[in-house]
Amino acid sequence: MWVSAAKSKLDSKVPGGAIAEKWDQHRFESKLVNPANKRKFTVIVVGTGLAGASAAASLAELGYNVLSFCIQDSPRRAHSIAAQGGINAAKNYPNDGDSIQRLFYDTVKGGDFRAREANVYRLAQVSVNIIDQCVAQGVPFAREYGGLLDNRSFGGAQVSRTFYCRGQTGQQLLLGAYSALMRQVHLGQVKLFARREMLDVVLVDGKARGIVCRNLINGEIESHAAHAVLLCTGGYGNAYYLSTNAVNSNVTAAWRCHKKGAFFANPCYTQIHPTCIPVSGSHQSKLTLMSESLRNDGRVWVPKNKGDKRPPSHIPEDERDYYLERRYPSFGNLVPRDVASRNAKTVCDEGRGVGETGLSVYLDFANAVQRLGQPAIAEKYGNLFEMYQRITDQNPYVEPMRIYPAIHYTMGGLWVDYNLMSNIPGLHVLGEANFSDHGANRLGASALMQGLADGYFVIPYTLGHYLASTPLPAVNSDHEAFKASANAVREHLKKLLTVRGQKTVKEYHRALGAILWNDVGMARHKAGLEKAVESLRKLRADFWENVKVGGEANLLNKNLEYAGRVADYLELGELLTIDALHREESCGGHFREEHQTPEGEAKRNDEQFAYAAAWEFGGTGKAPVLHKEKLTFENVHLAQRSYK
Amino acid sequence: MKLNLKIWRQKSTAHTGAFVEYTLSHVSPDMSFLEMLDTLNEDLIKKGDDPIEFDNDCREGICGMCSLVINGVAHGSERNTATCQLHMRKFKDGDSITIEPFRARAFPVIKDLTVDRSAFDRIIQAGGYVSVNTGGAQDANCLPVPKDDAEKAMDAAACIGCGACVAACPNASSALFVAAKISHLALLPQGQVERRGRALAMVAQMDAEGFGNCSNIGECEAVCPKGISIENIARMKREYLKAALT
Repeated sequence: MWVSAAKSKLDSKVPGGAIAEKWDQHRFESKLVNPANKRKFTVIVVGTGLAGASAAASLAELGYNVLSFCIQDSPRRAHSIAAQGGINAAKNYPNDGDSIQRLFYDTVKGGDFRAREANVYRLAQVSVNIIDQCVAQGVPFAREYGGLLDNRSFGGAQVSRTFYCRGQTGQQLLLGAYSALMRQVHLGQVKLFARREMLDVVLVDGKARGIVCRNLINGEIESHAAHAVLLCTGGYGNAYYLSTNAVNSNVTAAWRCHKKGAFFANPCYTQIHPTCIPVSGSHQSKLTLMSESLRNDGRVWVPKNKGDKRPPSHIPEDERDYYLERRYPSFGNLVPRDVASRNAKTVCDEGRGVGETGLSVYLDFANAVQRLGQPAIAEKYGNLFEMYQRITDQNPYVEPMRIYPAIHYTMGGLWVDYNLMSNIPGLHVLGEANFSDHGANRLGASALMQGLADGYFVIPYTLGHYLASTPLPAVNSDHEAFKASANAVREHLKKLLTVRGQKTVKEYHRALGAILWNDVGMARHKAGLEKAVESLRKLRADFWENVKVGGEANLLNKNLEYAGRVADYLELGELLTIDALHREESCGGHFREEHQTPEGEAKRNDEQFAYAAAWEFGGTGKAPVLHKEKLTFENVHLAQRSYK
Repeated sequence: MKLNLKIWRQKSTAHTGAFVEYTLSHVSPDMSFLEMLDTLNEDLIKKGDDPIEFDNDCREGICGMCSLVINGVAHGSERNTATCQLHMRKFKDGDSITIEPFRARAFPVIKDLTVDRSAFDRIIQAGGYVSVNTGGAQDANCLPVPKDDAEKAMDAAACIGCGACVAACPNASSALFVAAKISHLALLPQGQVERRGRALAMVAQMDAEGFGNCSNIGECEAVCPKGISIENIARMKREYLKAALT
């Protein structure tokens, strides 16, 4: 089903020296582009979320010419905007024992020892600068009465290192980065291309020199040349059909790069978030996340007895199973996401799930309301309670919320080295689109941190080094490579529109999601994964025989955009499943039923699998080629994760 | 539920549009309004008709991409609710629903219910930021902000840039949108240095885009999915006057 590369082509370019000095030393050793020369370089940044907007603004401030692309009508709408809970930083303002070393350790451990140490350490180092930068931009973080910044504990951390703006942290951080980007547009340093979808990366002499995109308003296929391309296009959670991602979030840009030679790493590391509003019916188009900050005060439980259909208020205390508190006394309801999700699935599989479908658990605030009073709870979580009531028509102050896990984030992504460059020279990948920092599981409030770290504080240094040290002859969009790519893109679109079959794109997407959720979801096993590969292949073949795409090629046509994305998900889904099949261990979000401890916890196999799996495209429907980047742990002790 | 829908169809900016009527049965009360439209589009695609184009993305009320005027009200008649958070349980079997795009001279229709709101980006470009480059910031806690000011700034900063305020205003004024950004930054110490210039530049750009003037009608606040108060417009007017006179 897959082949292993005879010799791995991967060089992580992690600098030598002590971990705390690597980034400083690397910055010193990196080549610089003279201020007067920066204006001679053009950089394409695809995506305007936290990673893309911060990168585009920061590079423009340095003097590079930046071309910024997004699929939405405005860069401000990128899906980073929906992040609720907060952003971590090792500021140690609360004086509670935090440090760069501790944030680093927590992140490596939280990722179940499947991330690259040096990247994570750098992330923890620059986290403190991010908060300074955002405050300077005017991001209205929550404050104490003395006027200083407030912090909270979040997602299983034992220190309070999370900065937040009510339940809208992602929105405010994104608007900060967006405003910096708009300032550069005003200054003429960034040229903005909204409502454009990148459909191919263009390589000249093996280097990324531009992109081909579709103007979503008039369908025109456009070519743009540059000296480097930055992909900041987010994750691929929507492959599962139902996820908490925005409906337009997609893998297409990253997948097209993969098909041009960029390695896709650890696609099976998908995060399933424990606190989402349960599915209500087949019409559902997306799932809504309830911030996991709710687990600070809410208690998770199900009835002790199978099939107990009494309303929650009729179930006495001693017939309730607060299973997280019972199994993990020291972390309780605050265990990391993968652990909380898996446990919810376990109790539902035991027949103890609640609600009409039996696929949900209670998140109960009765104790907290009693302890703190309703006004205090309303101040902390008011907007979330309101959102819950709006969607479910139930009042969480009166009866417990019902929650169930849903796909939320993808740790896997295009492989990058320490400089955030993929194995294609010039193609850099930032934020959720890359694979580098979260290992097999991401901790809460760390996605915002990584997106902004990559964009504000890493890429400005590493891209400069690439541009200063690489010969890049002049190339414009008349080059043959652009013409070939644009033709291939046109053909692909035409093919989608001319199948004229019977089934809609959504029907295929839903079928794909069902396969992935059932067999490549929270718990996976060999036979199920093998079956899934077969089903996915059949589904993909059927798609190209029988799909029906509405609308025209030269007008705004969301159905055509959607068709292209689902076609790519069908291919990605297969790779994701093969990756899950090949990784004969459990780690983080990847749980193989064959590999668990007697207590039912994830059991890693460090001897054989302490590596990042970077997959080379082998051709559609052909075996992908596995390259391994060995992960070495010199600064943290490899241990079984325990939250008992 | 069964619904009678009257929906604005327009092929492109250059074409003239018209209402088209559709009947949709099997609508579940648990559907969101956009899921109801998804269902209609599935039917249209199967029949070989052009699906209806409408902007949407996060479907949880924060990205500001969804729009729609529903029975004459921007984002529908639920208070503090974006169209994507509106659920069909708010409607009854047999209801007739009219669905139009956000209409304003500064928001030209691109197709069907999709409009061009890039004027908002250009207003922010004119001055909706603090001019700090990456890297030079002082320690975040060197800049204390009174909690009340921070809260008020956050109230204004919660704007999602959807444009409902414009669609609801008889003058198609974008005053609430512009005021929210001017207020957010005027209330914080970070925004002081460029306070005057910001108010002047953003208001000038708002006028240049073809938005109308504010005449204190208050429809904008009524439809705002984030409940942004017209107090901010009063603050913007003070900011503008102060800046213009000094």
